[in-house]
Amino acid sequence: MSLTAAPPTRRLLTVGRATTLPTPGPVELAELASLAGLTGRGGAGFPTATKLRAVVAGHAPVVVGNAMEGEPLSQKDAVLVTRAPHLVIEGLAIVGRALGARQTVLALGPRVAAGPAQAVAQDHGVEVRSLRGGFVAGQESALVSQLDGRAPVPRDPLVRVTTRGVEGRPTLVLNAETLAHLALVARFGAPWFREVGTAEEPGTSLFTLSGKVRRPGVVEAVRGSRLADVLACGTPVDPVAVLVGGYHGAWLPADALDTRLTRSDLQAHGATVGAGVLHVLGPDRCPLRVTAGIAGYLAGESAGQCGPCVNGLPRIADSLRRLADRSRDPGLPAEIDRLGRLVTGRGACAHPDGTARMVASTLRVFAGHVAAHRAGWCPTDERWTR
Amino acid sequence: MTRLHVDWTRCDGHGSCTELLPELLAPDDWGFPVSLTGERDPQVPPQLERHARHAERSCPLMALRRV
Repeated sequence: MSLTAAPPTRRLLTVGRATTLPTPGPVELAELASLAGLTGRGGAGFPTATKLRAVVAGHAPVVVGNAMEGEPLSQKDAVLVTRAPHLVIEGLAIVGRALGARQTVLALGPRVAAGPAQAVAQDHGVEVRSLRGGFVAGQESALVSQLDGRAPVPRDPLVRVTTRGVEGRPTLVLNAETLAHLALVARFGAPWFREVGTAEEPGTSLFTLSGKVRRPGVVEAVRGSRLADVLACGTPVDPVAVLVGGYHGAWLPADALDTRLTRSDLQAHGATVGAGVLHVLGPDRCPLRVTAGIAGYLAGESAGQCGPCVNGLPRIADSLRRLADRSRDPGLPAEIDRLGRLVTGRGACAHPDGTARMVASTLRVFAGHVAAHRAGWCPTDERWTR
Repeated sequence: MTRLHVDWTRCDGHGSCTELLPELLAPDDWGFPVSLTGERDPQVPPQLERHARHAERSCPLMALRRV
């Protein structure tokens, strides 16, 4: 571990089982989440208190812990559910009891082991379900759909799952890590939670480090840490850029490694912390080629329901691939930009939006690469054949 | 004021809405409606309310809704 790295704060991966489960009521629980400033760790970063209050009024809701982890670059939910399943299950049990849930389920994606969670789930009346995966399978309504025995595809967002979800019941879906934090907040209190992190973004988060790092894996770090400090835990090798937030995230160039991982600081780069994915790009790989590959993957992961996504994403991926292949078509960057804006906001879920955002950041951050490719050469090849 | 909402999981780009409401919707590269106001669910001005109702009724997949 580099000495410049901020000391990792270990909360989630070191705390043992609760001797007695805290039993806050619905109002008290939402108040705790609000005082702690807890936000969702699944990607969207939505305030947990607001979500809790959205179903407080509902009758006999269903509470779902989301460890689908559809993002290929993320492993944090798999690690958490394996190493600290008790925290996730306790979180679910606390929420389930507070809301008077008729059913409390922990949904696991295919990369998440069920054994450890099952071992503690029974004590708390939590059901553990291993489900089919896919990039969009963890999206709230897609998850609800799968729990209802239908295909794991998102539905029209006009009716939220908090109104009508699993078996038509009001359904609250919270990310596994969010539930683990909530269990700790219920046990130790909101002031304890706020002892680390920033005033706007308190607490810790799990990050998955991958790509050009010596030690890939999952680390827990204080929210608002500098990107460089979190990356140092994995010892990055000659980073050229970092994909922050995963396949729906955005690139930060090497000269922006001092950026703090907060909503406001990342906003300037069009990025969010998302589910805590940090993927390091080294100097040996062409960023346009890498992004074209990701865009192709995302096009293939479309649920296949919404026209703009079904038609637009393959076109975006194909245009990027042509750009990476050094096509001399001068209109390609403008066409990719147009297609990205065309698909944004036009789907049942945010898959087209996230894809377009990631692609737009590529063209922005690697403008030099784009110019070189249009002139018929690739700076990556150049550097490594010399 | 009502808004136009497209259920993208239903819409197959038949195009009747873009024909009937060219003030608010235009076809994209593949015939699916694009909001011309920049809003995700475009607001329907009162003078277009009648046309919006017609467009809603004309959608063969009931993908267009006034909400």
